[in-house]
This record gives sequence, structure tokens and C-alpha cells, in this order.
Amino acid sequence: MDLKTKYMGMTLKSPLVVSASPLSRTLDGIKKIEDAGASALVMYSIFEEQIKFDQKELYYHTTQGTEAFAESLSYFPDQSDYNLGPDEYLELIRKAKESVKIPVIASINGTTVGGWTDFAKQMQGAGADAIELNIYNIPTDLDKTGAEIENDYVEILRSVKAAVSVPVALKLSPFFSNMANMAKRFDTAGADALVLFNRFYQPDINLEELEVEPHIILSNPTDLRLPMRWIAILKGRIFSDLAATSGIHYGEDVIKMMLVGANVTMLCSTLLRYGVDYIKDIEEEMVEWMTEHEYESIMQMQGSMSQLNIPDPSSYERAQYMKALNNYVLNY
Amino acid sequence: MKEREFITIDGNEAAAYVMYRVNEVCAIYPITPSSNMGEWADEWASKGYKNIWGNIPEVCEMQSEGGAAGAVHGSLQAGALTTTFTASQGLLLKIPNMYKIAGELTSTVFNITARSLATHALSIFGDHSDIMAARGTGFAFLGANSVQEVMDFALISQASTLRSRIPFLHFFDGFRTSHEVSKIEVIPDEVMKKLITDDLVQAHRNRCLTPDKPVLRGTAQNPDVFFQNRETINKFYQACPDIVQDVMNEFGDLTGRYYKLFEYVGAPDAEEVVILMASGCETVQSTVETLNKQGRKVGMLKIRLFRPFDFKRMLEALPATVKKIAVLDRTKEPGAPAEPLYLDVVFGLNQGLELGYGNIKEMPKVIGGRYGLSSKEFTPAMVKGVYDNLAADKPKNNFTVGINDDVTFTSIDYDPNFDIEADNVVRAMFYGLGSDGTVGANKNSIKIIGENTDNYAQGYFVYDSKKAGAVTVSHLRFGPDVIRAPYLISTANFIGCHQTVFLEKFDMIKNLRPGGVFLVNTPVPMNEVWDSLPKSQQKQIIEKKIKLYAIDAQTVAEQSGMGRRINTVMQVCFFAISGVLPREEAISAIKDSIRKTYGRKGEAIVAMNIQAVDNTLENLHEIQVPNDATSNFDIHAPVSAKSPAFVHDVLGQIIAGNGDFLPVSAFPQDGTFPTDTAKWEKRNIALEIPVWDMDTCTQCGKCAFVCPHATIRIKVYDPKYLENAPETFKYTDAKDKNWKANGWKYSIQVAPEDCTGCGVCVEVCPAKNKSNVSLKALNMEHQIPLRQPESENWDFFLQIPDLDRTQVNINNIRSQQVLLPLFEFSGACAGCGETPYIKLMSQLFGDRAIVANATGCSSIYGGNLPTTPWAKNLDGRGPAWSNSLFEDNAEFGLGYRLAIDKQKDVAVFLLEKLTDELGADFVHELINASQKNEQEIADQRAKVELLKEKLSKIDDPLAKRLVTVSDYLVKKSVWIVGGDGWAYDIGYGGLDHVLASGKNVNILVLDTEVYSNTGGQTSKSTPLSAVAKFSAGGKATQKKDLGSMAMAYGNVYVASVAFGAKDEHTLKAFLEAEAHDGPSIIIAYSHCIAHGIDMSRPLAQHKLAVDSGQWLLYRYNPNLVDEGKNPLILDSKQPKIGVREFMQSEGRFQMLMKSNPKVAEVLFKTAQEQVNERFAKYKFMAERTNAPVEEQK
Repeated sequence: MDLKTKYMGMTLKSPLVVSASPLSRTLDGIKKIEDAGASALVMYSIFEEQIKFDQKELYYHTTQGTEAFAESLSYFPDQSDYNLGPDEYLELIRKAKESVKIPVIASINGTTVGGWTDFAKQMQGAGADAIELNIYNIPTDLDKTGAEIENDYVEILRSVKAAVSVPVALKLSPFFSNMANMAKRFDTAGADALVLFNRFYQPDINLEELEVEPHIILSNPTDLRLPMRWIAILKGRIFSDLAATSGIHYGEDVIKMMLVGANVTMLCSTLLRYGVDYIKDIEEEMVEWMTEHEYESIMQMQGSMSQLNIPDPSSYERAQYMKALNNYVLNY
Repeated sequence: MKEREFITIDGNEAAAYVMYRVNEVCAIYPITPSSNMGEWADEWASKGYKNIWGNIPEVCEMQSEGGAAGAVHGSLQAGALTTTFTASQGLLLKIPNMYKIAGELTSTVFNITARSLATHALSIFGDHSDIMAARGTGFAFLGANSVQEVMDFALISQASTLRSRIPFLHFFDGFRTSHEVSKIEVIPDEVMKKLITDDLVQAHRNRCLTPDKPVLRGTAQNPDVFFQNRETINKFYQACPDIVQDVMNEFGDLTGRYYKLFEYVGAPDAEEVVILMASGCETVQSTVETLNKQGRKVGMLKIRLFRPFDFKRMLEALPATVKKIAVLDRTKEPGAPAEPLYLDVVFGLNQGLELGYGNIKEMPKVIGGRYGLSSKEFTPAMVKGVYDNLAADKPKNNFTVGINDDVTFTSIDYDPNFDIEADNVVRAMFYGLGSDGTVGANKNSIKIIGENTDNYAQGYFVYDSKKAGAVTVSHLRFGPDVIRAPYLISTANFIGCHQTVFLEKFDMIKNLRPGGVFLVNTPVPMNEVWDSLPKSQQKQIIEKKIKLYAIDAQTVAEQSGMGRRINTVMQVCFFAISGVLPREEAISAIKDSIRKTYGRKGEAIVAMNIQAVDNTLENLHEIQVPNDATSNFDIHAPVSAKSPAFVHDVLGQIIAGNGDFLPVSAFPQDGTFPTDTAKWEKRNIALEIPVWDMDTCTQCGKCAFVCPHATIRIKVYDPKYLENAPETFKYTDAKDKNWKANGWKYSIQVAPEDCTGCGVCVEVCPAKNKSNVSLKALNMEHQIPLRQPESENWDFFLQIPDLDRTQVNINNIRSQQVLLPLFEFSGACAGCGETPYIKLMSQLFGDRAIVANATGCSSIYGGNLPTTPWAKNLDGRGPAWSNSLFEDNAEFGLGYRLAIDKQKDVAVFLLEKLTDELGADFVHELINASQKNEQEIADQRAKVELLKEKLSKIDDPLAKRLVTVSDYLVKKSVWIVGGDGWAYDIGYGGLDHVLASGKNVNILVLDTEVYSNTGGQTSKSTPLSAVAKFSAGGKATQKKDLGSMAMAYGNVYVASVAFGAKDEHTLKAFLEAEAHDGPSIIIAYSHCIAHGIDMSRPLAQHKLAVDSGQWLLYRYNPNLVDEGKNPLILDSKQPKIGVREFMQSEGRFQMLMKSNPKVAEVLFKTAQEQVNERFAKYKFMAERTNAPVEEQK
């Protein structure tokens, strides 16, 4: 069975890519990802904000209480070198490139345009095959307009594209007023791929402590509907490649994404739940389905059920929503 | 010749720089002010820096200075070039080995930052009492006068010791030279190699002990030969001065800097000469030069080689015209005919004249005087006073200078306004807070000027005696010539006030010369700056025609992401106004320096500092000075007018910065000071203080329990006391059922002027506001608007009577916390992790406690003048406190116990003798009183009062004797308190002995897991993988299990507590420890600024430490054995998080992850294994049944 696909100019042996996750935090983890059969991996995201926080925290710790009391003018020995900033991350990319054959895609999350481009250049320098921009941002500024936010996204993409020569993917949230228009703008700005969609983790409340706590819930298979719809809509209408992420748990999920037009699928929750070797099971399920349904290759099916290629294009639009809702009411 | 290289460093670094390069082994132990030398050596070794032979010296921290000396001795005997660094008490501990090392003619250099010895008081500051105590050891003594000389003499000492075989004590003045930052010329390695030749090293090695050429050294000798054998060394001492001078000459040829053993400076035909050693020489030299320019003909002689004392050279150095000599000693030897240097000079002159040395024909008149004890200022004005005294017809001998001795009238007069500062020297002073980065910025400015201009630069920094809200005063000089001014600036061109709060505390303008600049950081709008200055400051500004500048540095810093650190902002202002460098050049140099300094710490740090530089100038404004002083307030009095006379007249003056002007008569003669004085020192250092929301409060008492400064208090009282309560005084119904039944009211009150604003009370508060969970029952609010009303509330609160101790349930925090703390308002770091334990002890047992306190943080915040937090209750009872030494605290406390027990025995003996007069039943009751709780103790106190009354009516000498010891019939609680440096390391031998004694003492180990007071050096308590000084690469060995060792005795009560993890457990442990009639030890987890944590949220660290099993909670109570139970109760539950989670939350561990992730990974894994193993061991021990072995079977 030919599972090959193309993603941002790279030919991958299958559409099964491991998305940015803790699985790639160590070299050992990265090797396991390759051994499990992933066709590429996106490294865990490096956050500019976290790096700045770490630097400031260390600075605070090493300066707190210093130069104040005659007997204790400092509290720590001075270290000549710290692994601050992206050093550790870059080192991991370098080692990964030496150790695995599958493409390694670096994932960055910046807070400033300078941060995005600096990181991107450093990642490219360390050997990353591509860059994924993980724009994980919850806009809360009451005075900032949607248009301004949209422009920020485009500006970040443009800057990074101008700074590096490797392909650049953009991982997006679905919360744009007009996703289609944004996709087009990103496409025009040079995005080599759009990764649809980022899941925003929603905090929870601890009722005992009355505290808001981060509460990570792994995706479930129904989460794939949203990216599936948008990939279907966008396929064939923009040049950027499309990667599906969120809720892809089984071989059939991958097949669905291929049918709507995804170049690759990004796996995370299901691997965290069942272990990285579960990739093999997914691949087997895919092959089984394809065999049963007499498909020869992935490329053959990619986009075969995109909005452009189905008999009723409105199925992916608002009318379909009305229909769905009506059915729901009727059923209960 | 290579281009001369200059660097800007302090004396300690200068000494370490050379010593590290010319040695192979350094055995070290921290002691102020020498600690930095060992720290440098350790840091360089961990970074892989090499000595001149291309290898990395071995640096080994020992358990005490005595241990370090032993290790040095051994290392030398085994052939390595070995050195050490110390001061003061540390030097005393090395003396026994120094006799041995010298007796065996062993080459080494001991580097000493000369510091006062503890006598009536400890002092960390500089004088020669320590080195003088070691002058009989047989070491050669070479004294450096300046930072340049420290670097030079370190090398000259090393070369000389190897050539002469006599060990050298290389000394320089503690703080004044050790901590003065100065621009000096570096000695190139090639010069070191030329002076320390391979032949010398080889000769040293050839003398070592080795089984390949075995010899015997360290014999025991008898009266027949010891004496003769001792005289064999004479020729080495005779040869030594010539050797040192030869080395100095060679050094001069190589560097251009020539020195003499005795160096004369001044008029060639001077009649009056002053002789002295070390940093004071610099002051005398610059004064002599000025006086001679003014027409005087005076001179001075610097003694550099004090031992062996070469009086021939001394005579040869003095001009023939000398008629009068004053010898200045920086030490005091009570009871001696005179001070040591003086006696040596007199002897040398007599002998020299008799032998015809030098040019002097007649014995001059020689007088001696003391100066500068404990870094007392020694100024040109004082030097002139010395010359004026010398010029008098009848000069005062055995005089003192720099103080007013109005008791024995030793002091000489001087004109304090005599000033010799040159106009071409820029002099700047900066008042800052420790936390705002002022000192760091000034050190940086010195480097910038030193390294970017031809100017010489000098910086000296005066620090606070408090750790929380510590004020720093920086003294900076810049000028075209070498700066010889080891004294504080008295007339500055520029003064920076970096914190607005100083305006109401210090008269800063008094030190500003006319036409000078005053820069103030202030949040007030620029048009209100003038009115924000105190009236006396305004007047001086007008009179002296001062230029006034202002900036809201706090806002600039915050907008630049710098938080409270205004250092960079104020530095830019200084350069912009002072014109020391052209403005653009200065800004560029500051930015370069920022990149250099912070580059390693991350781009974010560089960026925010650069941002601060860029944001500064537009916010800096010159304020037009009006013609009139219009302010309606002035500098506050240091203490309340209501304070007791001693507090007002003496301690208050010290607080105000006028301690230098207090006369001898102001002071107690034996080091005894009153307690209960911190309450008079209203420091007002908190920006924010907690405000109580009584409706949200659950009255749990935790806030008062955790408050490190005893500034948040609880009272429960009858409502009748609320009459006349101030309008804003808060109270509510007491919730505790017993209190509620009485209809009592409950108040939590904050001492607004004593609170440090640490926020720990807010962290611990478990009660959240039902309508807004961001609010708790305590919330931080700005102090200034609250200061006045809350001060009134505090005063009102204090006069509400405390609950009768006998009625308080002390078994739970909720009620126990109403007990009056007898340890309040200490100057410990804001959020200190030690003081809550001490305060708890003071609440529970303070009215009958006597405390032996090891030197360290707790002795400093407990006993550093001006005031003490140890307090008294309304009956005048409270803890009696003393600090003996660092190393002997357990023994010192045991001594208390022996004396108390003995005096009680005497009382019992006398009671029995007086049974007939007092009545058998009464005597029986007194002797056999139980005294197990507050009621019984109160009853016994009442009986003792009755006894005294009865005794007053009995006409018998025995009755009078019994009165003097009758108070010992009331139970006394002995507390031996100290940190882990004491308990685990230097004092462990004594502690072990005291534990083994079976005596009823309570030992409280405030375990911060480092030597906190001296700046975070590794102790044996430091956990595996923590980065600390002397463990720059992460501690490679595990923490010593002190509790386990103590438990091994079987009869010792042992508890391991962490109040932030389980406060009730801590309370229980204190009660059980004190109740145990035998030795008790409480090992108390004490978070510390040296852990690299957020000090406003330290309790979270206790929880993580306990939840991870890194810190165990347990109690080992030998009394349980009598009940047939297992004495060990493991109060920790099975660890629920990994050790890594705890470690990732603290800077001390994070540093290793950042600096050496591979090592961190290995050590963290090992740490987890050790924690697992230790928990399993304790669990096993705690779960064992206490049944005999047979029964268990």
C-alpha cells in the first residue's frame, strides 16, 4: 500500500506525523517516535514568553537580597554559562537530526516579531527541516480589533518567511471571523502549510481551594469535525498544504482527513493515551480500510471529498448546520 | 614589555587572583570578611581556571577554620603548594596549626582580612586584634595597605615563603581593603612564574612526607633537647627580611612597583613621624603630603614586614632629624603596658641605637595610640590630630584617636572639619536599598570609569546592620592620580538619594559640598519635588547653592520591565549629570557593560536594562531651587520621645547614624544591653502591609504563627476594653467556643511601622472572600495612608490586656497564638524562615527561657546593635540571651544548664536547712512542685514569692543566701539555637557531646541548608545537587542525617519539622521537646533567601519539600518507650510528588539544570533514590513494634 504523501515539499512515507507534544522533549522520545513509524515529527513548542520568564526568574533568584548586607553580598556562586533561552531546544534539534531520518519540524511560539524571527533563524541553523509557527494567543485586550489581530498574524508569518528559507507552517486557531479569508491571506503571505486547528486548553476551577487551575483534557474523536470541515472547504482553493490536527485517534480518522484533502495528520492525544507505538495500529487500520475499499494510495484519495469534489458543497456550510440541528431536535 | 593591564576589583579578589595561580590546594571555610577569597577560588576551580603550572587547584571546604588549618598542614606536609584564607575567630582557630607549620619551617601563605576579635561584642569589621593574637606563631607577617598592594604582596609572600621557608601571614584590613573596589594593575602570569621558580617548588616538594623517602616529623621531645632544637630556626628568621626585600626588588624590576619593608614618606628633615601598618598608612601618607605642602615638616613610616621585625631597616629608614614618634596600633591589649606595635618600635629603636643602626643619634620620644578599632573611621583630620598631639610639649601617650573617651580620657582632640580631598577628585555618595541594586550599579560605574578612562577609581560600600529593608551607602571617588583615601567621603560633589523614604530619615545634604548636586528618586510630580523635601534639607540646599535633580526612577524601571531595581536608571542619571564621561560615551559604555554583565543571563535581561537606559534621560529633570525653605515637615526623630533614656540617648543616636559621636561613657562596660528595644525602632520599611478583613477571617491564627517579624498579633478580650477604641480599630466576636461563651472579642492587629511587608501572612491565610476570591482575610495595601491610623490602633491594641497564660490552650495554633511573642520586629530578611520558630519558642517558654545563640543569622538579627528583638512581658520577664562563639554554642548552652541546676541544688539544700523556719510542708511543696504546665509554673512562682517574703523575716545568713538562688526553684528552659553551619559542621562535636550528656537542654537547629549569614556557602546540611557557594557545580554528596544520628542515643528527643507544611506538628514538637527531661533537638526546615525562592510565598516550598519526601516530618520521643510504644512517629505521609518537582521550584536546583543539565539529571535521579531509601528506612523504623525480639517472633 502506498501511504506516501507530500507536505511542504517533503515526501513523507505516510501522513502520520507526531504533533508538538511532550513526546519530543528528549532525544530518547524522538527516537521512539521514529521507531514507532511516524513519518515526521513536530518538536514540542518553545515559548518565547517562557524563555523570558526563565531568564527573569533566574536573574531574580541570583540578585535577590544581594549587595545589601555586609556579610552576604551574594547568595550564589556565579556560573559562567547558563543554558538559557533556546539553547537546550537547539541542541535537541541538532541531536535529533543526527539521530533520526524523519523530518524534524521545529515549533515556536513567540510574543514579539523579533522573537519569532530570531527563533526561526536559530531553528533553521540547528537543522530543522521546517518551522511551525504555533500562534497560541488568547486576545483579551478590549481595545484591540479583530482586524489588528489578523494583521499581527500575517505580519508574523511574513517576517518569518523573510528570515528563513525552510518551509513555514502556521498552526491556527479556528476563531477568526472569516477563516476562509484568513487562510487566503496566509496563503498569499507565503505559508507553506496551515495546521488546523490549535486546541486552546481551557482552565478549570478547583472547588476546594477556589482556585483556577490549568486542566488539560486530551482530545476526543469528535474534535476532528472542525478541522475536517475547514480542510474540506479550503482544499483546492489555496496553495498552502493542509495539516489536520485535533481528535485524530484512529486509522479511520486519518482516512477521513485524507478524503477532505489534508496532506498530513498530526497525532498527539491518542499517543499520550495509548503510547507512541499506537502509530503502528493506526497505520494498520488505515491499510486495512484502504485494502477493503480498494484504494491504492493516499494521494489517490486526498481531497476526493473536499468541498469542491462533493455533490452537495453546502454540506460543509451553514445550511448543513440547520439540517443537523433540525435532525437533533427531531430525534429527541 | 607587555602593555600594562588594569582591572577594577576588590582586595579579596586581588588576593585570591594571585593565590589561586600560585597554589595547588586551597582549604577553606567561610568567615566574614574573608569568605570571598575562598568563594573566588572555588568558583574558578569549578570553571576550570588553571594556575600558572596549567592545572586546576583543588579547593576543599572544611568544617571549621581549625579543620582548614589541619588540612593545610597535611597538604603541605604531603608536598602540595597550599594556601588558606580567614579572619578573626577563624584565625584564632588556626593558631595551633600555625605554630606547627612554622615550627616545621613549612612554606605557605595564610591570607587574612584583619578583623576584630569578639570580646564584649562580636564585630565583623576590621582591626588588627586577630593578627596580633597570632604574632607568636612564628609566621612572617606582611601587611598590604591598598588593593594594589594586596595583589602584589600576595605574590611577594608566596615567593618569600618558598625562599625563606618561613610561613607567611599576608594581611590587609577587613572591609576597608578587602571590600574596597579599586582600579589596579594586574600582575601578569609571566611575572608570577619568574618569582615562583620551579626550583623553589621542587625544594618544597623535596621536604614532603613520602613513603618513597620516609622521614618522621612531629615528634615528642623532652626537657633535655626541646629547647636547643627550638633554637635551630633562628637563622631562618634572621635571613627572612633580606629575602623579602630581595623579592620586593625583583618584583619592582618586573613590574615597576618597588616596595620596602619599612618605607618612609615625608619631609627628609621631619622631626615628627607616625609609624603604623596597613590601610591607615594610605590616609597618613596623603595627610603628610598635604601637611608638608602647608609648611609642616612631618613624615611617616609604613611597616610592611611586621614579623620578623627588622629593626635595623626601621632605623635606616627613619630620617636623622626625627625627634618624636607616634606609633599607631589598630588593636587593644587590655592590661598590657602598651600596644604591640608600639612596644616593638620602642624596643627596636633602643636596640638599634645601641647597635648604631641608622642615622638617628638620640632616642626620640615615642608615644603610642590606638585608632580604628572595628573599622572605626580613620580620617586625615584624625591624622592631623595625631601630629598635633605629637608636636605638643607634652604629647599624650597611650592615647586613642577617633573617639571621645570621657571616662579615662585617653582620646586626643582633632578638628573634624580638616579636609584634604583634592579638587580634581570626583566624590559621589549614593543612598540606596539593598533590594534596588544601587551597590551593584555603583560597582559597575567604577568599572566603567576605571576601564574607559585614565582615571583611577575607588568604591567603598557601607551596609546596614539589618537584613530587611537594608540601607546601603556607596562612596565613590574618581581622579587622575592614585587614590589614597581609605575613609568615607565627608564632602561629596554628588549625592544620590535612591529611595524617597530616606528623605525623612537621613540628613544627606550635610555631606554635600557647596555647589554640589543632589539627585532624588521620587514618585511625586516634578512640580512638587521641592515641597517633598524636609525643611532642614531645603535650607541647606539653598544655603549651599545645591543643584537639585529628580527622576521617578521607579516608574521608569517598571516600564522597562525592571520591577523595583532602579539601579540602571540611577546610574544613567549619575553619568548624565556628573559629566565624569561625555554623556554619549557614558551611555554607550553603560550599554556595553550591560551586555557584558547580563549577556550570560539572557537576552531578556539585557533588553530590559537597555530599555531602562533609553527611558531614563527624558524623565530626568533639574528642579529649580526656590529662595525659601517652605516645607512643613522635617527629618523624623530616630526613636519616640517616650522611649527609655538609654534607648533614646544611645540606641536612638546609633539608629540616626550618630554612633560615631557617642562617648565612651554612653556604653555598658561588659557588653550587657537591655532587651525589649526593637519596638522603639520604627523602621517603616514596608511598601504594603496586610489589612485584616474580619468578616472573611476564620480566626485560625496561622497568620500570626507564620509572621517572621511578629508584626501581626491576635488578642482575645472582654468587650469592656473596647472603650475609647480608635474609630478604625477592628474587632469581631471571638469564634472559639470557650471564648465565645465569655462574650469575648477578637482582634488581629498589624504593627504598621514594624511590618516588613513580606506577605507571608497573606500566603498562609486560608480564608477567601466569598464574593471575590482574589481577596483573603488579609490583603496587602499601601502602607503610607495606613501608617497613622494603624499606628494608633496598634498602640490601643497593645494596651488591651493579654489573656492570662494559664487560661490559654497552647495545644492548637488557633488559641496558642494569643500568647505574647517575646521576639519581635527582628531585622531578619523580610519573610525569614527561621524567625517564626524562634518566636514560637518565645511565646511558649520565653518568660523562663535562657538562650545560647550560635553566631550566624540568628545572632545577627537577634543581637546586632542598635536594637534587639528579644523582648519582655509586662512582668519584666523574657528570654535572656547571649552569643558566645560559632563553634561552642552547644557547650555554652550546656554551661547554662549546669549553672541553673547547680543553683537549684543550692536552693534545695538551703530550703532543707531552713525547714524548721519555713515549715516542712511548704519546703516539700517547693522542692517537689510538678511545673509541667503554665498553671503549675505560675503556682510555683507564687510560692517562691511567698518564700522570699518569709525569708525576709528570718535572720539567718542561710536565708539571705537562699534569696539569691530562690528563683531557680522555678523551672528554667535552656534553648541552644543556631543554624546548620553550626550544628552540622563547626559545632557538631560539641553538639554531639551535649546530646550525649543527658542534660535537659533544648536544641533548635534553624536548618537553611547553607551558611546563610555569610552568603550561602555549602554546609553538610546542603542537599544533594543544590548549587551553593563552594558547590558551584551542585553538591555531590547527600545531606547529613543529623536527626538519625541524634536518635542513635536513644534518650534524646528528636523532631524534624517544617512549619509551612504542618504548623500544628511544629507546635507539638516544641511542646514535647521542652517537656522532655533530657536533651532535645528540633531540626527546623527554614526557607531562606539563599534557596532562590519567592520570599513572599515561601510556605509553598515547605509543602513541596514535605510532599516530595525531601524533608521528613517526624518525632522521636524517648518517653514513649516507657509506655511500651515505638518512640519514632513518622508524621510525613508517603511522598506524593517526585523530588524533581520540588527541585524545579527552587533557584538553587534550577541553577544546576541551567548550568549543567547532564549533571543535574544524574544528581536528581540519585536524589530521588536517596529520598525513597530514606523514607523507607524511617517508615520501617516507625512501624517496628516496640516488643522484645522474642515476642515479635
